[in-house]
Amino acid sequence: MNPNYNYAFLDEGSKREIRRATLKAVAIPGYQVPFGSRELPIGRGWGTGGIQLTLSLIGPEDVLKVIDQGSDDSVNAVNIKKFVSLCTDVPTTVHTREATLVQTRHRIPEAPMSNRQILVLQVPLPEPLRIVEPREEITKRMHAEKDYAPMWLQLYESLIRYGRVTLSSEYPCMVEGRYLLNPSPIPRFDTPKLNGSECLYLFGAGREKKIYAIPPHTKVQPLAFDDVPFRRETFAGKRCRLCGSENTYLDEMFDAATGERQYQCSDTSYCQEMCAK
Amino acid sequence: MTLAETPVLRVQHLSVRYGEGCPLCDSHMEKNRCTVCGSVWAARDVSFDVYPGEVLGIVGESGSGKSTLMQSLYFDIEPTDGQAFLRDYCDGAQSIWETSGAEKRDIKNCAMGMVYQNPVQGLRMDYSSAANIAEKMIAAGQRDSGLMTERVKELLSAVEILISRMGEAPRNFSGGMQQRVQISKALANHPALLLLDEVTTGLDLSVQAKVLDLIRKIKAEYGISILLVSHDLAVIRMLADRTVVMLDGRIVESGLTDQILEDPQHAYTQQLVHSLL
Repeated sequence: MNPNYNYAFLDEGSKREIRRATLKAVAIPGYQVPFGSRELPIGRGWGTGGIQLTLSLIGPEDVLKVIDQGSDDSVNAVNIKKFVSLCTDVPTTVHTREATLVQTRHRIPEAPMSNRQILVLQVPLPEPLRIVEPREEITKRMHAEKDYAPMWLQLYESLIRYGRVTLSSEYPCMVEGRYLLNPSPIPRFDTPKLNGSECLYLFGAGREKKIYAIPPHTKVQPLAFDDVPFRRETFAGKRCRLCGSENTYLDEMFDAATGERQYQCSDTSYCQEMCAK
Repeated sequence: MTLAETPVLRVQHLSVRYGEGCPLCDSHMEKNRCTVCGSVWAARDVSFDVYPGEVLGIVGESGSGKSTLMQSLYFDIEPTDGQAFLRDYCDGAQSIWETSGAEKRDIKNCAMGMVYQNPVQGLRMDYSSAANIAEKMIAAGQRDSGLMTERVKELLSAVEILISRMGEAPRNFSGGMQQRVQISKALANHPALLLLDEVTTGLDLSVQAKVLDLIRKIKAEYGISILLVSHDLAVIRMLADRTVVMLDGRIVESGLTDQILEDPQHAYTQQLVHSLL
């Protein structure tokens, strides 16, 4: 650990303020709590919201895992791990089950999370209503009045134009029938994992200065019309080229030389575990 | 129609002021502007009733307060003073202007329909016509997309727009078609009251005739009450059962339409009728 930095980089007052905002977010599931997003040695938009949550929560007993689009080895994930290790000496892991704190971008791990784990998601745009209303003061009022009709209209427009809902990620969800939440850019495949989960989900948006949460066993329902149920992406007839999994979220790869399309587990750690088995 | 019936809408002492106002406003008015403080009284002490199945025409020159009155009723403008009671809201016991934002939204979506002079105000030009019409149903809590689409088709047929064009955005439509989409939208939730603000202004004569025929058909088929604002006495003569004449924000004369047009009492009404002849 570098002794020139405070433990977990941020000063104790800052960490306390972020934890207070986090507690409020846990107390009001789905509600976006404003917080004083701190400067970090990483540019805004590179996961600073998630990092601040991680830094405010991490302690010597923790084991950290960081993934970026399912990968433990991407530049963003590796550098965040290095940075947290530098100022905490907390051990890191690639195995989801070993981690107590998992920071992620764009994916929820395939391995089921337990009640001793916290999943921290990096969020670029926390406001689910932003695509239908650009003004912050109006979206705040819409949340206060539970006025989500414009979002439903957006879904209906999609049905009229394309015959199906075309949102592939950031699928809006109702939390406990009260607040509309943007689950960050996770694919629709991962959205059902938010419902009634064992672990605590925390969402941090550093640039937008918002924190929100889904506590364990919370009801999270993707918006869906009565006659058009929510559907995850399907990979019917496809399997991971490495581990052979057929029930995971697969990345598609195109070999320009052979013209062949191949599929591979997006969650690299899960894929390695399956290969080892 | 018997005038003893409970009015669908009762407006009492509506005033809308632009500016701070002053104690001398009443005694120092030049037209509808206070010469002391410069405030403009767009509407002053306006009271009237609309009865079931009735078309009440509001006529007056530009700047007489007709549109201000309509926009106040549709919550686009906050009135300075006055009360408005809707039979379908709390049985007419509470003024619709003394309600919360969410209640106002419910009233707009369920109890009233509005057709603006400029379709841009009433329609989302980038959304499909179907979505524009369904917006009211969604806002009223409808979550069955199939039922909504059926109702959209029914309404488009009623206003003689091809169902095959329901996926098109209104910006691709002619002015008359845009007005007909607005009328469909206004009727989506079977409102008891329809507000029509200069619906034929800016349309060529043949299109005007089509829209007027449509309004007559709606009145006959749905038995809906209509508040019709126009500066065109020919439109008023064709559609309105009773007529209110406004000048400088005040009502100067009211009565049966035939009576107003055949035997005008107020000098301004006489001038209006003469200009028609």
